[in-house]
Amino acid sequence: MSFERPASRSPNDLAISARGVNKSYTIAHQAARHSTFAEAVFDRLRHPFRREERETFAALREVSFDVHKGEVVGIIGRNGAGKSTLLKILSRITEPTSGEIDLYGRVGSLLEVGTGFHPELSGRENIYLNGAILGMSRTEIRQQFEAIVDFAGVEKFLDTPVKRYSSGMYVRLAFAVAAHLESEILVVDEVLAVGDAEFQRKCLGKIRTVAEGGRTVLFVSHHMPSVAALCTRAILLDQGTVAYAGGVPEAVLRYARAGSPPARAGNASDPARRRGTGEFRLTSVAPASEFFSCAEDKIFSATLERHQPWRGKVDFIFILRDERDAAIAQLDSRLLALEIDAAERLEVTLTIRTPWLKPGRYRLDAYVCGSTAMDEFPDACSFEVLTDFPYPDASSPRALEHSVVLADFSIAVETGSPVLNHADGWPDGLPDGETASDPQPQAAPL
Amino acid sequence: MTTLSLTATVEPFAKIRRSPQWAALDLPEIWQFRGLLISLAGRDLKLRYKQTALGIIWVVIQPLMAAGVFAFVFGKVAKLPSDGVPYLLFSFAGLLGWNLFSTTVMKCGACLVGNSQLISKVFFPRLILPLSTVPSALVDFAVAGGMMAVFLCLYGVNPGWGVLLLPVWMTLVLMMALGIGLCTAALAVSYRDVPYIVPVFLQILLYASPIAYSIAAVPAHLRSLYVLNPLSAPLEAFRASLLHTAWLGWQPLAGAAAVSVLALLAGLFLFKRMERQFADVI
Repeated sequence: MSFERPASRSPNDLAISARGVNKSYTIAHQAARHSTFAEAVFDRLRHPFRREERETFAALREVSFDVHKGEVVGIIGRNGAGKSTLLKILSRITEPTSGEIDLYGRVGSLLEVGTGFHPELSGRENIYLNGAILGMSRTEIRQQFEAIVDFAGVEKFLDTPVKRYSSGMYVRLAFAVAAHLESEILVVDEVLAVGDAEFQRKCLGKIRTVAEGGRTVLFVSHHMPSVAALCTRAILLDQGTVAYAGGVPEAVLRYARAGSPPARAGNASDPARRRGTGEFRLTSVAPASEFFSCAEDKIFSATLERHQPWRGKVDFIFILRDERDAAIAQLDSRLLALEIDAAERLEVTLTIRTPWLKPGRYRLDAYVCGSTAMDEFPDACSFEVLTDFPYPDASSPRALEHSVVLADFSIAVETGSPVLNHADGWPDGLPDGETASDPQPQAAPL
Repeated sequence: MTTLSLTATVEPFAKIRRSPQWAALDLPEIWQFRGLLISLAGRDLKLRYKQTALGIIWVVIQPLMAAGVFAFVFGKVAKLPSDGVPYLLFSFAGLLGWNLFSTTVMKCGACLVGNSQLISKVFFPRLILPLSTVPSALVDFAVAGGMMAVFLCLYGVNPGWGVLLLPVWMTLVLMMALGIGLCTAALAVSYRDVPYIVPVFLQILLYASPIAYSIAAVPAHLRSLYVLNPLSAPLEAFRASLLHTAWLGWQPLAGAAAVSVLALLAGLFLFKRMERQFADVI
């Protein structure tokens, strides 16, 4: 996972070298835009000397980076950060406006699998056609044919037109062709968004094999766990510029930070305008950190002050909500049988130990109660949970899609063997397929 | 990179730069992608005959019906001269050359917009797409040519050695068709009404060229206008090679050849000029 390249690394190790790459698009304004030839001609006749009003939009600005042979580099960034434009330039679909890129090897791109597939043609015909479109020679395709068919698992349907394929089969075949292109540099864009879990795992495995074979991979994804699982280095793009290039954890952290609004310290909203009888008011509710990892303790501190006389007990209720506003947990002091006496000023610390939280943005609502609700402070603070799953392999998004929270769990396969607890550590190198005679207990994440 | 550096510098496999406005034609690159050209041409052919009940027969029926209509309207109704050749044979021979021209223009002009997905997702020399339309136009021509041979036997016409000149006329017609096709293909990327103009233009050209009728049927004072149509000379020569009909002579042919070469060059230039922005605009 080292990303600090030794200084002695020779330039011959370069796979991609980009220097000062710019790409701008011209946006003609509504009045000056013609989509038909007639319109353009008539307009030109009417205003023969008018200069069209044009605005340029810079999709990439002074992008420079080096990628060495055998690296797996993740390219991350929000929508519109320029990832797709960069990939299009690297795969030579479009040209940069200025700047230079040197490629030391053939580039194979999985920009959109299945490009050039024709529904009327059979699987076999499409393999040859698609291979040719991706830049494979006929001999190359013939050599890889068996492997492609095998990978896609479509032996029986080779002579069926692909329009009769299920969408899963279609995607598998398309990916299989592209993945067998023997290019020195492989550019992968969000292919993992398709197919079932099993196939996604196969794809990731394939990409990993490609990388282990010494080939260079550029991997574009919004799915941080896959990036973290696959990549040795990451480039974070932000508004067309390289915001960061280096280690994956740091890039992922910056990615999370760049996209989320700063967590509001609880004192942002005016206590006087909040609901509640107002004997006590919360002056601040804040997380100990803007970012938490999934499994760590999430600690919050709240301060409240007495504004009107009140002598009874005080209770605190916190509601943890996720992005979709679903309440995940109610953290209520009444459950803990705390007898909190009123005072002029109270400092409260809330620690949430379980459950592990799924990566994403969370909010905390805070309430102060006595016999009545004294202060109601919805949306008192927010925080982000980072994508560092506490599981050994969380690279399959399907394996997480039904989770609301993350559980600390284990699965034992061998009956009669002691349950392998997660806390004991995961065995290294989980075997892919279990053998019944294996005496070792096997634990595998779902 | 200096040549004096001690470590041997590796030449990049590919350099990505903004290409100059007037990029040269990179023929080695096109040769490198010949496999794709063949695959795309093969796709067009396979698709045409999949799921059509009559398949390849359509290629024969279409010009045959057109020739039949021409023979009826111009030969029977208008009673135009056909240099002593049966009118059906006469118009079919004219359509043979014409169809080579019109299918190439049509397919070539539609090839970029029709394959927009490929252009925006995969890299290859864009010229491959218009070039890949030529083989399938040639296959159509070959099938119709076979039909022509059958007709010649049936009517007992011996074309003689003149038939060996057919490839020359075909080359002229193809060069002109490709030139026009390249222009329309490139323009259609930005202006979507170009594909609507092309059929109209072809329709007019069909009647403005000596295909359904002989140039001998044209009033003498208008004949000089026909020389201005660069298709007249090759198409008349085409028919003359098969049926010994009248033709325009070498001078208009030389002019047509010059126009064909110019059209092809202009098409290539315009195509290369606009090529850079295809993926961004399409």
